[in-house]
This record gives sequence, C-alpha cells and structure tokens, in this order.
Amino acid sequence: MSFAKTLIHGTDFNHEGLNALQKVTLRAVVMAFLFYGLVAIEGMIMRMVEVGPQAKAIMPEQFFHPDHFFSIMTVHPIVGIFGSTYQLVFAAFMFLVPYLTKKPLYSVKLANFVWLNITIGTAFAWIAAFVWQYAPLYTLYWPLPADTTQFSTIGGIVFIIGIALIMVGTFGFIYNIYATIFARVGVHKNKTTKELLISGFGIDGMLNLINKLRGKEPYTKEPALALPVVAIFRGTVDTFLDAIVILGAGILVLVYLVADLGGIQLDVTAIDALLYKNLFWWGLDLVADGLVLIYVAGSWYLLATLITGQKLFMENVARAALMLELLVSWMVWSHHLLGDQGQPEMMKLISGEMVTAFELLTQGLALFITLVTLWKARPLKMTMELKYLLGGLSGFGLAVPAAIIQADMGMNRVLHNTQWIIGAHVHIALIVGLYMTLYSALFVLWPLVTNNTKLYSSKLANTHFWMHLIGGIGMGAFMGMAGLDGMLRRHLYVNGEFHFDMLMAAGFGTMLLVAWALFLFNIIMSVGLKGLIGIFLPAKDKTASYVLDPEDM
Amino acid sequence: MIFTNSLELLAFHWVAYTLYAAMILSVIAWFGYNLTREKAKSVVRIPFYWYMAFLVAGGVGHHIFTYNAIPWVSQDIGRHELSNDATYKFIIEKHKWTLPAKKITVQCGETINFDVESKDLIYGFGLFRQDGSMAMQMQVNPGTPNDILWTFHHNAVFDLDSTEYSGPAMYDKHTGENLMRVKRFLEVVGCEKGAK
Repeated sequence: MSFAKTLIHGTDFNHEGLNALQKVTLRAVVMAFLFYGLVAIEGMIMRMVEVGPQAKAIMPEQFFHPDHFFSIMTVHPIVGIFGSTYQLVFAAFMFLVPYLTKKPLYSVKLANFVWLNITIGTAFAWIAAFVWQYAPLYTLYWPLPADTTQFSTIGGIVFIIGIALIMVGTFGFIYNIYATIFARVGVHKNKTTKELLISGFGIDGMLNLINKLRGKEPYTKEPALALPVVAIFRGTVDTFLDAIVILGAGILVLVYLVADLGGIQLDVTAIDALLYKNLFWWGLDLVADGLVLIYVAGSWYLLATLITGQKLFMENVARAALMLELLVSWMVWSHHLLGDQGQPEMMKLISGEMVTAFELLTQGLALFITLVTLWKARPLKMTMELKYLLGGLSGFGLAVPAAIIQADMGMNRVLHNTQWIIGAHVHIALIVGLYMTLYSALFVLWPLVTNNTKLYSSKLANTHFWMHLIGGIGMGAFMGMAGLDGMLRRHLYVNGEFHFDMLMAAGFGTMLLVAWALFLFNIIMSVGLKGLIGIFLPAKDKTASYVLDPEDM
Repeated sequence: MIFTNSLELLAFHWVAYTLYAAMILSVIAWFGYNLTREKAKSVVRIPFYWYMAFLVAGGVGHHIFTYNAIPWVSQDIGRHELSNDATYKFIIEKHKWTLPAKKITVQCGETINFDVESKDLIYGFGLFRQDGSMAMQMQVNPGTPNDILWTFHHNAVFDLDSTEYSGPAMYDKHTGENLMRVKRFLEVVGCEKGAK
C-alpha cells in the first residue's frame, strides 16, 4: 500500500465497526494526545527561555517577557494534567470498568459529556492565558488569583470557568464509574450495595488477611470486584474530593473577580492565606498523592495479570494496601508546607514527614507485587506492553524516593520550590512513571478498542519507547541537578544563569517531543485520517460494553 | 556526620541519589532481561517482610538521619525558645522590599533571626551565593509570622531574593530582569571555611 493510501485509510482500521463505548474511548484518547503535544511544546518554549540569551536568536522576543512566560507556566500543568492525563485515564477507566465487571457503561452520553467538558474547559483556561495572560499559576495561592492590579479580571473569569468545566466533567466521570460499578446487572445481579462497597474499599482483602492470621476461613473467596476495579473505585474517591476543593477555590476566586467587575473591591485579607494554602494543598495533593498513586497501582496490577495471564501475587495484601492508601492520601498535604513558618511544627512533623513516608511503603508494595507477579510467570516475551510497564515502574522507582527525600524539614529548607521537585520528582513521575504505564495500557487495550487493527510500525513504537524513556529521565535529571544548583521552579531566568543544565534538559526535552511526533504518526498511519475523523462520527452500534455474553445481562 | 551548610548537604545528596538512581535502573534492566530467560535464577531472594522492613527503615531512618546531621532542623523546631545574636526585620509590599539596612555583615557562627512580613501577596525569602546556589529559604505568607533562625558557618556573600512567584510584576516587563533580587545583600566574615 502506498504511503498516501495508508495515510488516508490506515492499515485495516474500520471505524464503522466500532461500538459506542469504543468510539467514546478513542475520542478522549485522541484529545489527550493532542493536548500532550501542546504541553510538550509549551514545556520546550519555557526550557528554551531558561537556556538564556542565545535562544533569542531562534525564538520570538515575547516568550522572554514575564507576562507571556508565566501565562505559559500557568496553563502548562492545566493542559498536561487535566487536558491530557485526566482525559487519558478517564477514557481508559470508562472502558475498563465495563470490560472488567462485564457490565455495560452506565451512560455513553455522559462519557461524551466528560471528554467534551474537559476539552472545552482546558481550551478556556488556555485561551485565558493566551489572550489575557492571566497567570496566577496552578497553585492559585491566595490572594494572587484575585489580584486585579496584575491580571485582567475578564481573563481570570474565563480561566476559572475553564477550570470549573473541567471539574464538572470530572464529576461526570465519577458518576459514570460508580453508577456502572453499583449497577445490579450481569455478574452483580445478586450482589448487595454493601457487598460492593466492602469490596470497593478493599475491606474484604483486609478481612481475608485477618481471618488467615486467626486460622479461619477467608471472608470471601471471590471478591465482588476485581482488584483493578477496586483501585479505580478507591482512586475515584480522591478524584471526587480534589474536584470539590478545586471547584471551591475556583468559586471563591470567581466571587472576587465578578465583584471587581461590578466595581466592588472585596477585602482579600478576609481569607487567611495560610489556611487557604492548607485547604488547597489538601485537595490538590489528592491528585498527586491520592488518585495518581492508587490508579497507577491498580493499572500495574491489571497489566501484570493481563501480560502474564496469571493471578496477582499477594492479592489480599494488595487489596488491603489500597484501603491503607485511602487514609494516607488524606493526611500528607503538609509536606507542601514545610517551608511555611506559620504552619504548626507538629503538622509538619506528622503529616509532612511521617505519614508522607508511608507512601514509600504503599508504592514500594505495589512495585514489589507487580515485579513478583511478572517474575513468577517467566519466561515472558518482551512485548511493547511489558517494556512500557517496566519503564513505568522505573519512573516511579526514581520519582517517589526523590519526593520522600524532600518531604523532610532539613532537606526542604534547601530544595523547596527548586527545579529538583518539579524535575526529579514531578516530571519523571508523570512522563516516565505515569505515561509509560498508560502507554502499556494503551498497547494492551489497542486490539480491544480498535477491533484488532494492525499497528503501522513496531519499529516506530520501539523508537518511541526508547526516546520517551531516555528523554524523560534525562530531562528530569538535568532539571533536578539545576535545582541542586539553586535554580527555582517558578522563576524566570533570562540571562542563562543555569545555561548548561537547561541546555541538556532542552536536548532531552526535544527527544520527548520527537517521540510524541513519532507516536502520533504511527497511530495516524494505523487508523488513517479517514478513521481518525470517523472516530468522532456517531456510532451505528450503540452497545456500551465490550464483547458481553448476552446471558450475563 | 554534620552538614554545616547547604553546599555540603546537597553534594552528599547528589552522590547518594545518583547512586540510588543507577541502582534502581540497573535492577529493572536486569529484571527485564531475566524475565525473557527460561532458566534465570534469583541472584538474591528478598523475603517480603525484610523488604517492608527496609522500606520502613528507609522512610523513618531518613528523618532521624537528617535531624541529627542537619543542624537547622532542631534549631527551626525550637526557634522560639532559642536566643539569637541579631534580629533583622523585613517588609514586602507590592513586590518591593523594605530592608533593615542596605547591607548586612554577619560574623562567623552568629545566629540571626530573619523576621519577614508580607503586606499583600505570598512571597519567599531566600539567600543565594554568588554562584547561584541556595543557602536557605522560607515562604512568606501575609497575615501569619514568617521567621527563621539561621547560623552561618562559612564566609560568603549572599543575594536576597523572593523564592515564591508573586505575579509577573516582580520582573521588568520588557527585559525580564528580576526586580526583587537584592544583590550582595548579606556578607558572612571571619570563618575559616568559605569564599575569602
């Protein structure tokens, strides 16, 4: 087949053969990867500015202006975390929950509402930054987002509406997931809500362990929910809580901005900045230390069992650990406030240091269970999904200790707000840890979601794997080194103060960008431009599940 | 082992974390290679409970180690009961510092209390050496106390800077120069170690 023909028609993809669930999943995936490209370009723009004056020769002058630079920095995490990661994770889970529970998705219409809302919301936030240069950063530290002497009021309102739309989409996802899990159809026809709740929170795993220690029969031999569904159930609790907090903060900012628009100056000191910071970080940290870690652990368990075709090692312990992570994730936010002298020392010590250190345990446990499950099934073929899974495990193996080290009152004094935390922890956790896990899931789900469409090139997939892995680790490492050299994370350096580290980070960042372009090319060549458009056309088959046995219904 | 300034601590941290990173990547690479082999044997068998004990020891031991090896931790926790050699008060408003003096000179070993007040936004307070490396920093919140005790053990000249983003107004609109950076603000003299 000629290049042009493949570009238009793909390998053997037929969008008309997809059902409603498959189509809605692919729509969100497409948007997620487009946003990923945008976020990679934004990251490279900021990196090039920090390289120093040499970059002025190849970049427009306006990128070096603080208004422009910080508006990019404001939307970079919004586009990356919500526009890309949330979409990808939500799409995968709205496909996986029906697949694993053998039940239909509660509502395909709601799933469409979710990806549309998140896409439009992300676009609103991006437009607010691009047009009005609204730049309070994602931290929204009070009272900066309501500072109308620095920012446009209209820009702020558009930004907050964007965030609100994303959160409304998030609520839609949550409702869809729980409505599907609690639906008493198929294998859950005879289950009670109590049984599903006990299983969802991982309590059955804990009771099984207790009974084993007491020499009794297990509480249940066949838990109501599969382990990955338990992880999705648990992580979604944190998704709900963080959406409430982010939406609450957005409403507060909106009240001040709308009042300003009406000529009323509300007193910003009515809100205690440190208390607000505590509440906001409690919610925001549920994204990083709550749902991400739980969703990732659940994804590892699922991938390990699908790749090996065997039962998960120590399944009851894994179930119980998910319950423990629930409590841990609610009590760790103070590690973001170790540099705040007004924060009570006991909160720093207990929440910021001690409880946070538990994450080493819960994530270490997930790593151990996944590795042993794989090891017990050897020899395994080194498939793309296995490669990406190992890449994801490496990412979290690097990133979690990098954060635990900084969640310490001694280290935090010299590392807080530096490039260490955003490079060695956040970027490696997201780009290497999370995304490689998601790529692994994508390769596992690809035949299911596309009806066994042939991938255009496995060589391109391999090249993507290595470029993404090396680029991600390299960029994070040099950002981290710049942090150790004193480079701050939310700062503009226009004189190339950290030239070498930033140049190296930009080099590895370019690898990431090229890797994304190769991946996108590979996918487009597989589904074809016609197929790509077809994904967004209404599905003829309205089925909201994947290959269900009619007897289960 | 006692770290007397951030340079010593961060140099140790760099080596320790690099070794760890090399180890974890090697383990995963070795693991991945052996997953494909039929006759691969475990080099070491790690019993589950020992592994968990290792993680607990790592998580807790790390804090015990830093508490004993980094002097500013205990000083920070007990700062309201400790005496100091001098107190310097700073005010920040509309991205401008009101400084206690144009330049401060500190004698080696002196413990200084830095007391910073913000009148509007959240800022930061940080001291940076001439090579750009950070000596220390804290957040500066409006409406709550922001004070820190610091003892200087090395000669150096420090720039003062806000370590928290407080909007684009902290930079020159056209050149992007940081307007909150106060160059060569604090000098430590009289130590045997450090820049002359």
